[in-house]
Amino acid sequence: MKNKYSIFSLIKNALSNHENWQRAWRDSEPKKEYEAVIIGGGGHGLATAYYLAKKHNMKNIAVVEKGWIGGGNTGRNTTIIRSNYLWDASAGLYDHALKIWERLSQELNYNVMFSQRGVMNLAHNLQDVRDLKRRTHANRLNGIDAVYLSTQEVKKFCPIINTSPDIRYPVLGGTLQRRAGTARHDAVAWGYARGADKMGVDIIQNCEVKGIIRNGDRVEGIETTKGFIKTNKIGVVAAGHSSVIANMAGLRLPLESKPLQALVSEPVKPIIDTVVMSNAVHAYVSQSDKGELVIGAGTDDYVSYSQKGSHDIVEGTLNAILELYPIFSRMRMLRQWGGIVDICPDASPIISKTSIKGLYFNCGWGTGGFKATPGSGDLFAHTIANDEPHKLNAAFNINRFVSGDLVDEHGAAAVAH
Amino acid sequence: MFIINCPFCGEREQSEFKAGGEAHIIRPKQPTELSDDQWAEYLFMRKNIKGIQFERWNHAHGCRKWFNVVRDTSNDEIKAVYKMGEKPPVQ
Repeated sequence: MKNKYSIFSLIKNALSNHENWQRAWRDSEPKKEYEAVIIGGGGHGLATAYYLAKKHNMKNIAVVEKGWIGGGNTGRNTTIIRSNYLWDASAGLYDHALKIWERLSQELNYNVMFSQRGVMNLAHNLQDVRDLKRRTHANRLNGIDAVYLSTQEVKKFCPIINTSPDIRYPVLGGTLQRRAGTARHDAVAWGYARGADKMGVDIIQNCEVKGIIRNGDRVEGIETTKGFIKTNKIGVVAAGHSSVIANMAGLRLPLESKPLQALVSEPVKPIIDTVVMSNAVHAYVSQSDKGELVIGAGTDDYVSYSQKGSHDIVEGTLNAILELYPIFSRMRMLRQWGGIVDICPDASPIISKTSIKGLYFNCGWGTGGFKATPGSGDLFAHTIANDEPHKLNAAFNINRFVSGDLVDEHGAAAVAH
Repeated sequence: MFIINCPFCGEREQSEFKAGGEAHIIRPKQPTELSDDQWAEYLFMRKNIKGIQFERWNHAHGCRKWFNVVRDTSNDEIKAVYKMGEKPPVQ
């Protein structure tokens, strides 16, 4: 492979003061025609292009992105990766992704800093205890590692948690998935971009899609701010803006786009070496390699594309964080931001063909899409290349909202919505 | 965060309200005669507009009454507020 990153390339470039590193991907301008065009240059879109080129031998493809790659929800999430979902279909989908994560840095020759530090989910009431035990059993039946922890075991695994029985929502137990963890979100976008670019995929930034051109019941191309691009296959991976693109094609989706917020603290020395999530009080926290606490807040309940959220949502999350971790009471928050997440009624994604030939949607990941990035790209590429879903994403078709065969994952989605 | 002018109570912080989603979705008159496609359309499909949206809100921590709001979802600017049953303002 050209420009392979290794200890030798590092030494070689160190000798020239790191001034001769080559760009990791080309900044392409659109060609007149492509075999397939992916709309959306986030992790999922870039991964889709990567697997289309790698596994399905489609080299004449492009990713169009209205801003810069990885600048949407890929760069805004709290980087948590896990696969402990309740239903068989979800377990298959998310664990497929987790298995790819486990070898992704080697495959991409790009360090995505995947760290299997474990994810612990806390129970704060009797219903939580029952739900989490049920989910643990379901996970184990599906071959996903999961253990149920008592309050004492929670305390042992993460000593800074306040397990006192007299707090408002005491910790009654929890679950732990040890294979779960975090990764460096930007690196995922950049690694896939570099890998796709090497196989000839054009990555076109600052190119906003303005229209989907149809001829009867099939697509013919897209109108963009950089002109018309002809193509027979369009894969839409536009997250919060999926409905906007669907509207251009005259299609309706069962989505609502809502703000989801996150925040990071000032950097401190290592204090929490795992990820702790708590649905009931809505607080989850981990620590980045830079030392910042990475805190996820909840969604607002109204539709908005403003990439802001309400202050009371952040306040509620921090209240919960402070009760669970009194040690953080004097920490200052450094940054806060919002992303727009597209939420399905059943809190499961859509990776599907549509009623329009050549138009495919990968959307509805809601508050938890980052963890699925590699699996989502792989399965969406399969769906686009074969015009048929892979068996792992067959259940996540758009027709489930007509048939009623929903995949209700509100309990495992971790962010209440 | 923004301020909503409740038609019954006046201007209050948005956190006092509960969003009720897209407005003017009409409940089917003959539910038994609906096809699966029509049910899906009624129950799940949403416009999810980026721009001017007509939506319902409930003053959950106030008068608890429902009303309609016209809001630009790209910047959360509220254009109009009107009561249930009233005709929506023309765009």
